[in-house]
Amino acid sequence: MGIVTKLSRRKFLVASAVAGGGMAVAWSVPAGLLEAFAQTTMPQPAGAPAEVGIWVVIHPDDTTVVRIARSEMGQGTLTGLAQLVAEDLECDWSKVRAEYIPPEVNLANKRAWGDMSTGGSRGIRTSVDYVRKGGAAARMMLVQAAAGRWSVPAAECTAANSVVTHKASGRSLRYGELAEAASKLEVPKDIPLKDQKDWKIIGQGVKRLDTVEKLNGSQIYAIDVRLPDMLNAAIAQCPVFGGKLVGFDADKINGMKGVRHVLKVDDVTVAVVADTWWQAKTALDALPIQWDEGPNANVTSASIAEFLKEGLDAKEAAVGHRIGDAPAAIAGAAKKIEAVYGTPFLNHATLEPMNCTAKVSEEGVEIWVASQNGDASLAAAAEAGGVPLSKVKVNKLHLGGGFGRRGFQDYTRQAVLIAKQVPGRPVKMIWSREEDMQHGFYRPITQAKLVGGLDAEGNLVGLHFRLSGQSILASVAPSRVVNGLDRLHFQGLLDDEFGYMAIPNLLIDHAMRNTHVPVGFWRGVNHNQNAVYLECFIDELAHAAGKDPLEFRRKLLAKNPKHLAVLEAAAKKAEYDKPLPAGIFRGICQNYGFGSYTAAVAEVSVTDGKLKMHRIVAATDCGHALNPDQIAAQVEGSFVYGLSALLFSENTVDKGRIVEGNFDTYEVMLMEQMPKVETVIVPSGGFWGGVGEPTIAVAAPAVLNAIFAATGKRVRTLPLKHHDLKTA
Amino acid sequence: MIRLDVNGRIHEVDVDADTPLLWVLREQLGLTGSKYGCGVAMCGACTVHVDGQPQRACAVPVAAVGESKVLTIEGLSADSSHPVQKAWLAHEVPQCGYCQSGQIMAAVALLAEKPKPTDADIDAAMTNICRCGTYQRVRAAIHTAAGNGRA
Ligand code: FES
Ligand code: FES
Repeated sequence: MGIVTKLSRRKFLVASAVAGGGMAVAWSVPAGLLEAFAQTTMPQPAGAPAEVGIWVVIHPDDTTVVRIARSEMGQGTLTGLAQLVAEDLECDWSKVRAEYIPPEVNLANKRAWGDMSTGGSRGIRTSVDYVRKGGAAARMMLVQAAAGRWSVPAAECTAANSVVTHKASGRSLRYGELAEAASKLEVPKDIPLKDQKDWKIIGQGVKRLDTVEKLNGSQIYAIDVRLPDMLNAAIAQCPVFGGKLVGFDADKINGMKGVRHVLKVDDVTVAVVADTWWQAKTALDALPIQWDEGPNANVTSASIAEFLKEGLDAKEAAVGHRIGDAPAAIAGAAKKIEAVYGTPFLNHATLEPMNCTAKVSEEGVEIWVASQNGDASLAAAAEAGGVPLSKVKVNKLHLGGGFGRRGFQDYTRQAVLIAKQVPGRPVKMIWSREEDMQHGFYRPITQAKLVGGLDAEGNLVGLHFRLSGQSILASVAPSRVVNGLDRLHFQGLLDDEFGYMAIPNLLIDHAMRNTHVPVGFWRGVNHNQNAVYLECFIDELAHAAGKDPLEFRRKLLAKNPKHLAVLEAAAKKAEYDKPLPAGIFRGICQNYGFGSYTAAVAEVSVTDGKLKMHRIVAATDCGHALNPDQIAAQVEGSFVYGLSALLFSENTVDKGRIVEGNFDTYEVMLMEQMPKVETVIVPSGGFWGGVGEPTIAVAAPAVLNAIFAATGKRVRTLPLKHHDLKTA
Repeated sequence: MIRLDVNGRIHEVDVDADTPLLWVLREQLGLTGSKYGCGVAMCGACTVHVDGQPQRACAVPVAAVGESKVLTIEGLSADSSHPVQKAWLAHEVPQCGYCQSGQIMAAVALLAEKPKPTDADIDAAMTNICRCGTYQRVRAAIHTAAGNGRA
């Protein structure tokens, strides 16, 4: 068996080219590795419940366990995937439970359960077909088993609610009674799926499968793992990105209570291992550490801003989208409007900080991890442990938030590197909040300059949208940057997503300006800032043209009926054509991303400079609506994530390092600011769109446009806390 | 040795006096329902009750607890049947769930103080961070638990 033992880090960052971009790109395990991996089968101890096909395990009491390859981080994917399997399985939903497929089992079976990566809002939408087929195959096998037992043709039997019935003879058997026999049958090759008109579970707001444990403290997150003999580790990484660990004075803390080891983890990281985490953290705080801060120690937010500003007018820029001749059209326009926007770095700030538990022994490496990609965690553990993939066991735990951060496996690698130096004992490594805040993969910093030309009637004749700023793919998947063009940077702006295709002359280009600060996929990714720039500027153009912002958009969306339909749905629910109470003002916007159309109307007031968001109406067309209540939950949550970024959050840079350390300086939205969010689902059918991310893009622009309506002030840089909204 | 009354049971723990209550609960007593989110009393993920008052356990030195009675999420009810837990279930409040122990403990304390809270009361009392953004459902569930007759 040609087992790979030494894998370069770069290899794990190989991209799988997926149109539309998103989070899946960074974290895949190269296909070649799978070939090198020993083939094993799913262990089935004697007396175990029957495995009917690979997706479904049925117990004698009809309890139906659906296997899940993606990760649950709050977005409801666990329940959604189980719904899909259950639909074609024709089982009793009240009997359904879910379990994760261990990544090592998936890999050993040539990824029979598909991609484990959970990002880009594709947990559901890219697995629909094969998981439904998994359910359907199991149903066919159960029916076949019943037909065999009764010696009747399978076609005469029907399945519903976990029971197979032979109507002609009035006989029936429960799935639990058939599972054993069904598990011995061949998995069918030709697997037809149920027609949409017969769906019973898809489209229902069924309850989540994972709620009760979250109400009584019994849900075990990775940070809660407790193992016999376990030690705990706290780490510090070089505060300046690009710097190095020079040394540390372990003698100063070796005598402290509970301290067992003070270790170099890698070139930039030191760890203190102690009996408890609190002891490790206390000792780490007292440890003298010398850093070589490297070449970036003088970088500041101001120097980064200058660097990006230069890109706004730079000659060289990669063209992402061109229609006609925008510069010429603008030059000849009756009226020219110009504006410059900017948005900061943002940490994901999952409420559960990065952490991972690892044990390295002669048997290999075992990890306990919260990951958005089980496969990538396994690969990272193998690499760090210096063992073949087949010697790694991954225990996937629920995530205390992911938002794109937990696709990166830096913390998994560190935990294994620490455990390797304490062989035979499990070590739980937890990052402090400060470590987490200052060592993220931030939402990229960008600026934008938009120039529009209006004719004498106020029609938009040309738009030039110049982006300047950091590319995610340039560091995470450089092979996907082709001729200097990072298509992901243009999320929402290329012809496959852009709604304003009726603009006659358009130029959207990007002057890539990469800083030393690591960037990554932040829930909603580049849609967030791109939508702020575009949707606020469209609003500026509408006002300059003397037109209502909805009316102005209607014309520009003429070639994109689905974008327009969602915008109309939001406007209708918000009663856009009716006046609001005195002092309350509206803003409107739309976007398309992650396969779904979204739009929002915000209603706000500004009194003595204080903003109050009264109501948000958010419309979404995600094609098929798998679980309307969970879609609403994601839409509500999207406004919290998006509005936190609008109102408060930013990561700034001084002396080459991230300044903010905790939630006192990295402020996020609280209950007090939460507006009432009304979700309007307008599923137009025929496709499966994402849900977890698309709505975030419309949160900030809707509110910013409403703020303009209320105050006449254009806020063009985020967060809002730096702006005075007082009207003179 | 420090004596602690947690969820009606007396524990003796061998820790430094300034160890935060949160870490004693999690590491010495194995009560991991109370979460670490910030360590500086900003996020509320570690909220427990000390003599009925909501406290951020990450900022309470264990020695300061003294004879007081500590209640954690694990001790709220034997079977998740506390009215606040039931309201949380009915509204499907949790997403990732990481903040929810703290949210629930804060809500229970609020309702003990103000059985019929207004929206303004909820805004003032519920300062726990939820990064998944469940605030709307937290609010609705508190009203339900209070029998305020609105969703
Ligand atoms: S961990 Fe105690 S308030 Fe955040
Ligand atoms: S449910 Fe995830 S942080 Fe609140």
